[in-house]
Amino acid sequence: MIDQRIGRAVLAVVFVGLLATPFLIRQMSARALPQGSSQESKAAALENYGFYFEEVAHQSGIDFVHRAPTLDPKLAPIMPEVASMGASVSIVDFDNDGWPDIYVTNSAEGSQNALYRNMHDGTFRNVAAEMGIADVNRPGTGVSMGAVWGDFDNDGYEDLLLIKWGRPELFRRIPGAGFERVTDQAGLPKWINANTAIWFDYDGDGLLDLFIGGYFAEDVDLWHLTTTRIMPDSFEYATNGGRKWLFHNLGHGRFEEVSAKMGIGSRRWALAAAAADLRGTGRPDLFIANDYGISELYVNDGNRFREVGKESGVGFAPKSGMNVAFGDIQNQGRYSVYVSNISEDGILIQGNNLWVPKEGMNGNAIAFDNLARDYGVELGGWSFGAQFGDFNNDGTLDLYLTNGYVSADRKRSYWYDFSKVSGGNSTIIGDARNWPPFDGRSLAGYQQKRVWINDGAGKFVDVAQAVGVTDTFDGRAVALVDLWNRGVLDVVVANQNGPLLIYKNMAPSSSDWIEFALEGTRSNRSAIGAEVRLFWNGQQQVQHVSGGSGFAAQNDRRLHFGLGKKASIDKAVIRWPSGVVQTIDKPAAGQLHKVKEPA
Amino acid sequence: MSGDPRAPHPAPLPASAAGEGLRKRQPLTLAKLLSLDNPYLVPAFITCILLVGHATFGILEGFDKTLLAIVVSIVIELALGRIFYGKWVHPASAYITGISVGILIRSPAYWPYALCSALSITSKYVLRVKGRHLWNPSNFGISAMLFLAGETVGSLSIQWGNYLWPMLVIWVLGALIIWRLRRFHITATYVVSFIVYALLRSAITGNPWQSEIAPITGPMYQLFIFFMITDPKTTVRSKTGQCVVAFAIASLEMVLRLQQNVYAPYYALFIVGPTALLIEMWLSTRRARTVPTSAV
Repeated sequence: MIDQRIGRAVLAVVFVGLLATPFLIRQMSARALPQGSSQESKAAALENYGFYFEEVAHQSGIDFVHRAPTLDPKLAPIMPEVASMGASVSIVDFDNDGWPDIYVTNSAEGSQNALYRNMHDGTFRNVAAEMGIADVNRPGTGVSMGAVWGDFDNDGYEDLLLIKWGRPELFRRIPGAGFERVTDQAGLPKWINANTAIWFDYDGDGLLDLFIGGYFAEDVDLWHLTTTRIMPDSFEYATNGGRKWLFHNLGHGRFEEVSAKMGIGSRRWALAAAAADLRGTGRPDLFIANDYGISELYVNDGNRFREVGKESGVGFAPKSGMNVAFGDIQNQGRYSVYVSNISEDGILIQGNNLWVPKEGMNGNAIAFDNLARDYGVELGGWSFGAQFGDFNNDGTLDLYLTNGYVSADRKRSYWYDFSKVSGGNSTIIGDARNWPPFDGRSLAGYQQKRVWINDGAGKFVDVAQAVGVTDTFDGRAVALVDLWNRGVLDVVVANQNGPLLIYKNMAPSSSDWIEFALEGTRSNRSAIGAEVRLFWNGQQQVQHVSGGSGFAAQNDRRLHFGLGKKASIDKAVIRWPSGVVQTIDKPAAGQLHKVKEPA
Repeated sequence: MSGDPRAPHPAPLPASAAGEGLRKRQPLTLAKLLSLDNPYLVPAFITCILLVGHATFGILEGFDKTLLAIVVSIVIELALGRIFYGKWVHPASAYITGISVGILIRSPAYWPYALCSALSITSKYVLRVKGRHLWNPSNFGISAMLFLAGETVGSLSIQWGNYLWPMLVIWVLGALIIWRLRRFHITATYVVSFIVYALLRSAITGNPWQSEIAPITGPMYQLFIFFMITDPKTTVRSKTGQCVVAFAIASLEMVLRLQQNVYAPYYALFIVGPTALLIEMWLSTRRARTVPTSAV
């Protein structure tokens, strides 16, 4: 035993040191942050990060403002919480002119969706009305929640699937005559409260199939409620959400619902889904991020899907999944998966997930580790849409994340009431009547966005403020696209109850990039699911053509690779959904390569 | 959820609810092991909650952080016990503190788990008056972390499912254990007070009464009411006094809730618990002074 007084004095000093530790860690973290944590001049941003963004929506002729729906009056006290989604964005070249266009959804009853045609001169013109896909939110039919594009009939023109809290709609492009509504012929259900849908050819038959994930149960009409027991029965393990739908494309504009037959059955509250060949089988696997619960990973065994969420590690700890984005962040030819969740200082620290595939798995098995913290992409507020893309063309994929839930009164927060009820028993939280009224308060509002740049050595650094991403709207959907064919990725952000933002990438022109526009012949013509593996400077990066990813979003189908300085490209290997493998030797950098699948 | 390093040898775990049963070490027969007199019942029960909760609901992202909290807690307890009392303190109490920290705080980082355990155990050795530590260790550690490191730390809220049956099982078993340990009156007083105050808050705020009742149906409270506010070493000695303190905790929590404080119960216990102990000590001292005088 030591002298008690001296010992206690020493221990008291240690104790004070322990109490001071959080403060010291905070100070050290602040010091370790790069200068990008604050706003910088454009020149400094260019010097430090190689790019910056300018928000140009208005000067591009886009003044779109999303409006939320007004649901059944029984939900009025918590309307901002329930009617909190619907802003979506998808990129499409609907007129095949080689310039990407933008489709955005609106969600107020009677509001209009917009299709912004790229006028090639830096501006856009809304042609949704004349094309017949604007007036889609009529009372009684529900309101838009998202849209994905795919050439389901292989006629060379992109068709539109619109999902709603309401009647889903399928529109077929009629060249020279806008869009034709073909929902009824397709056999889609009368009502789905959906927040996610993707096109993918799960069976490789050359016809695009369709997955739709329900959020609220499909027998709920949010405008004519027969009960207020519509809320999730658990905030972590809810299984009273909408069902999943898998529509097999039979050709000739007809679809057959095969989810049960194919092994997809779940009533979790799906918010995001995306498909990619995660195991190198040549078949797309399906990843679903669910709100109020665990994620699901359906691996594609050819004739059936198998849910392996728990075995693979992604479906064990329940959070509030709101995004699925794939990215080869290590340039190793393998996809990591980014799932966004909720983090609020001092209240709820779920942390976003970056699922990085484990090494050394045998056969078709796959398992992931959540390395979001290690990579520095874990905390993003009330996170929604996120996408991977190389913003500074340095050869590594960066990550753009938008966030924010309800921005209302800045001084009054709903967090206390939210946390009070959400931890309660299912009989309490499942009934909307039991929730305290919002009363004009904010919930995780006015949040700063994240633009994480990848240092290529296992760390991402947030430079959002430094590169000009300073908005604090309630962000929902993010889509990446080289809007003006300049060889850089621009960002389009759809905000709930807020304006559509276009962040134009102001990286200096260079030839440190390469792009691919793919067209299937034996495969689906949109080439959704086609994979390009680019080999350069002793490394490789894999990307695929997506039929929808992120949250309520679809990136441009053209694939963009940054290359870094002095790139020497060895080859691009394209694996088409049909199984055909095509190699392009030494493709030239600094240009878009249009590639048609060998017949 | 605590432990007293000053406990006379050989009592290994005198300061937690479990510790009451461990005051006199007796051989554990199989019958006793399976009975409610099992002194390891509380640690075993909390461990079961953790294991079953993780297996069925995935309440933890992994065991590593909880394990870290337990290991740090035990190591510091052993080290400080050895340094200050020249003996190896039984680790069961530190185990309960560690596992409580591992369950009740939530952080994507590892260091808060280690720091919270370190603060919890160290507080027992530093914050002492007249040989008694004032704060329930895990309450001190968790409150300190929530207050000082809010940007990194949250508390358990919705990770146990929101279903009825796990709640009922925990409530029934928890009540049985606490009743056996003769501390059920504390829990009962608090629960009744909470419900009355919830109804009062509902009347004041106009919020649905169900929303005010909701917290006590959640997982955090199950640990709080059974194993934190009942800690023998940080509660006053008289049965009436214990009920008064439980009521006072609920009362202060009511005030904090009206201020929309998310962690009202932790902070209420943090403030009321030591205050009650200090008052008890003061009264004891005064009584000790007045007894000889009156005898004269």
